[in-house]
Amino acid sequence: MSYTPHTEQDVASMLKIIGVKTVDDLFVDVPTKHRFPKLELPEALTQMETMWELEDLSSENLPAGKTAMFLGAGAYNHYSPSIVNHLILRGEFLTAYTPYQPEISQGTLQAMFEYQSMICALTAMEVANASHYDGATSLAEAVILALNTTSGRKKIVMCPGVHPEYRAVVRTYTQGMGVTISGDDMDTADPDTLISHMDDQTAMVAIQYPNFLGQIMDVAKVVRAAHEKGALVCVVTLPVPLGMLKPPGLFGADIVVGEAQGLGIQLGYGGPYLGFFATREKFVRKMAGRLIGQTKDVHGEEGFVLTLATREQHIRREKATSNICTNQGLMALAATIYLCAMGKHGLKRVAELCYHKAHYAADQIDAVKGFSVDRSKPFFMEFVVQCPRPVSEINQYLMDMYGIVGGLDLAPFYSSRKNQMLVAVTEMNTREEIDALVDALKEVV
Amino acid sequence: MKEPLIYDLGSPGRNGVLMPQPDVPLAKIPKDMMRDDLDLPEVSEIDVVRHFTRLSQLNYGIDKGFYPLGSCTMKYNPRLNEDMARLPGFAAIHPYQNTETVQGALELMFHVQEWLAELGGFAGVSLQPAAGAHGEFSGILMMRAYHLDRGDTKRTKILIPDSAHGTNPASTTMSGLQAVEIPSDARGNVDLDKLKAACDDTVVGLMITNPNTLGLFEEHILEVVKLVHDCGGLVYGDGANFNALMGIVRPGDLGFDVMHYNLHKTFSTPHGGGGPGSGPVGVAERLLPFLPGPIVGVVQEPQSEDDMPDFGFVMPEKSIGRVKAFHGNFGMFVRAYAYMLVYGGEGLRRVSEMAVLNANYIRARIRGVYPVPHDRINMHEFVCEGRFADAPDIHALDIAKRLMDYSFHPPTNYFPLIVHEALMIEPTETESKETLDSFAEAMLAIAREAHEQPSLLKEAPHTAPIGRLDEVLAAKQLALCCRPIPIPENA
Repeated sequence: MSYTPHTEQDVASMLKIIGVKTVDDLFVDVPTKHRFPKLELPEALTQMETMWELEDLSSENLPAGKTAMFLGAGAYNHYSPSIVNHLILRGEFLTAYTPYQPEISQGTLQAMFEYQSMICALTAMEVANASHYDGATSLAEAVILALNTTSGRKKIVMCPGVHPEYRAVVRTYTQGMGVTISGDDMDTADPDTLISHMDDQTAMVAIQYPNFLGQIMDVAKVVRAAHEKGALVCVVTLPVPLGMLKPPGLFGADIVVGEAQGLGIQLGYGGPYLGFFATREKFVRKMAGRLIGQTKDVHGEEGFVLTLATREQHIRREKATSNICTNQGLMALAATIYLCAMGKHGLKRVAELCYHKAHYAADQIDAVKGFSVDRSKPFFMEFVVQCPRPVSEINQYLMDMYGIVGGLDLAPFYSSRKNQMLVAVTEMNTREEIDALVDALKEVV
Repeated sequence: MKEPLIYDLGSPGRNGVLMPQPDVPLAKIPKDMMRDDLDLPEVSEIDVVRHFTRLSQLNYGIDKGFYPLGSCTMKYNPRLNEDMARLPGFAAIHPYQNTETVQGALELMFHVQEWLAELGGFAGVSLQPAAGAHGEFSGILMMRAYHLDRGDTKRTKILIPDSAHGTNPASTTMSGLQAVEIPSDARGNVDLDKLKAACDDTVVGLMITNPNTLGLFEEHILEVVKLVHDCGGLVYGDGANFNALMGIVRPGDLGFDVMHYNLHKTFSTPHGGGGPGSGPVGVAERLLPFLPGPIVGVVQEPQSEDDMPDFGFVMPEKSIGRVKAFHGNFGMFVRAYAYMLVYGGEGLRRVSEMAVLNANYIRARIRGVYPVPHDRINMHEFVCEGRFADAPDIHALDIAKRLMDYSFHPPTNYFPLIVHEALMIEPTETESKETLDSFAEAMLAIAREAHEQPSLLKEAPHTAPIGRLDEVLAAKQLALCCRPIPIPENA
């Protein structure tokens, strides 16, 4: 057995000390008729055979490195420096538990403290927690925070520009909470339409910056209107654009959440990713999730601990701010290492590369007969292309003829957006790839 | 020992990883959209490598030594699994790729669903939840939706034994339901009379951890399930302790309606200093339509015997919805599948057997010295008291901290809440008899020290990178960020 070290002699001598005759005797409390069921499962493989099996499965997938990838929509093909993967594989990080014993967990704790600091820096917010499962569940936790801090208000105004799956997750989370969610029943919303949905029962307004379509809306205007009504504003965002764009904190956001997969975390078919959550200091006691704080040890040395645990489920049980326990610790570590490796100048450069390449791609596609790019608002690294045919057909052609993974078909997400493709361009897309996409599109008209 | 903050390393203007020059014409960037400053470190690559390497050395991990953390199942994390999760065909695929281009990933997910369903005795599994608590929340929402779907609207209560994990009542509140605590009896089982009294037509269901957090298999489990079912309620199993049950008993066979699995406990995916985890949920037939989705299914049967079926995503008919963006923590499915394949069905039974053997062995070795309040054959973990009648100043915390000096990670302490000065010990099956012996001997040595030289415990740890930390100060001064708080432009 690969990972189980017992010899038959070990088992025999241990049973003797326990005072039972056989291993089966350890299970007498299990109802007899259900004990030791016959399992319809395969026999063991060696590690080598397991590797072959998984390599076979893996080879049936088409990875980004083998193709030009123009899919984004919340998951991005960004570059991850080699040191990210090397450092997160260190056993002391990889195989540690949640740092409940701070004396032997200072590595995790300090790294998470640095993570919190960098999330605050990126978003221009005051406090950040040590992570959520992903961007969608971060938004759901923001809704819960807003419900708990706005004395009985039960309405959430949701911009349709928030990632459709995030909105779906919020609806799942709140189905037992008696909440009304409005604003996203149309396919686009400008600030004024959104503002028209707010009233004195609105607990929170959620907007995305840049939005799901890559566009940048006037966040400050929404914030002013929401604050006049006494509602909180949660801005959903991405960390790479914040390498150059004004951070949501500067617009007066109360909560900033989002998906930080772009910070060195592999695409990995959608997970594990990294939900980040930042807010104002005045809400820190209502915030969900783990939080690292600085303190001193008995000798007066500076050190780090999990703090404000009285918000959390293992202390407060049914009165906790959330049920979250396990989070995305190692992914937060990866993001921290990434942000250090890229640094102040590197992240800005990544953001600029995405911006320039996306705008080049948009210009080129816009010039193709039959295609037009939505330029009604500024965009960052994603843009909407109106196509002459259904996107599914175009993508099939791109794949079959050129092995290109085209952009996202927006029709399944927004009913009025037929024949619209959401194209994402990152620093990983070369000019040759973009040109190849453009040339291929010329053929599908 | 102390490592400076990364912000205190480096120098203004220093670059880390260089990025290429743009290979396209530059686009105009509107000035008013741009931020003025970005307060990130300015360090070189080797600064980063050394900083995080040094930080890692301040940590304890399974790779360093024995980690008997009760309820957390800190077993060896096979490195094969890490390599497999990094194969480009798994690591570099996008969640919105056309399913035709990711059939291998879908097939893997399908197999993981099937393995989990077979091990747990369930009709179907959703891999969406990202962690145990997330699976619990999904499970409670399903139970709620099931009753509402039948037009039964008066059910608002979830019954939860007092030995339960804190996530159980917290998940209940998030679902808009009310947690009702059920006491345990003297043998550590659910108190049947109290349960009976609480069972009525307002009960959504019972959340039960079996084996419970005392490490004990519920002796009247079939009666418990029957009582709940008879009042129209459903039974939720907290699968945190599933490492005791593989091939031993299937919760679905016992009548459980829903259970979550912790891939980061039972199926060896690493804990990573707090996550990521993965908390798939399995359900009995009647809850199948409510599973969080989409889940992976066969969308086209094979055309001939040599063909593979086509896999795709299917939304269960009355799904509670999605609980996460995309398809769950896929990387964890790869690791868990590699783990399952290495063991096979029979091997997984051996895993549970050896986990239970190891826990009973430690109990047998220390029970005369550390009081074990429910001293009977336990499953994969057990709870003893970290206190001695004749050394009243010594607490479980002191024993825990002193274990660090013996190079062991402490057991879970002060949980479950129903045992005084609880020390909850879960060795897992990957530990050898020699390791268990050296741990038991350390525990016995500490018990002697508690009487002969209590200051050794009170002032412990002595050899850790830092002394006991002031948690009260941390909560009072709230230093949560390396930098001073920024002032918003127009808040």
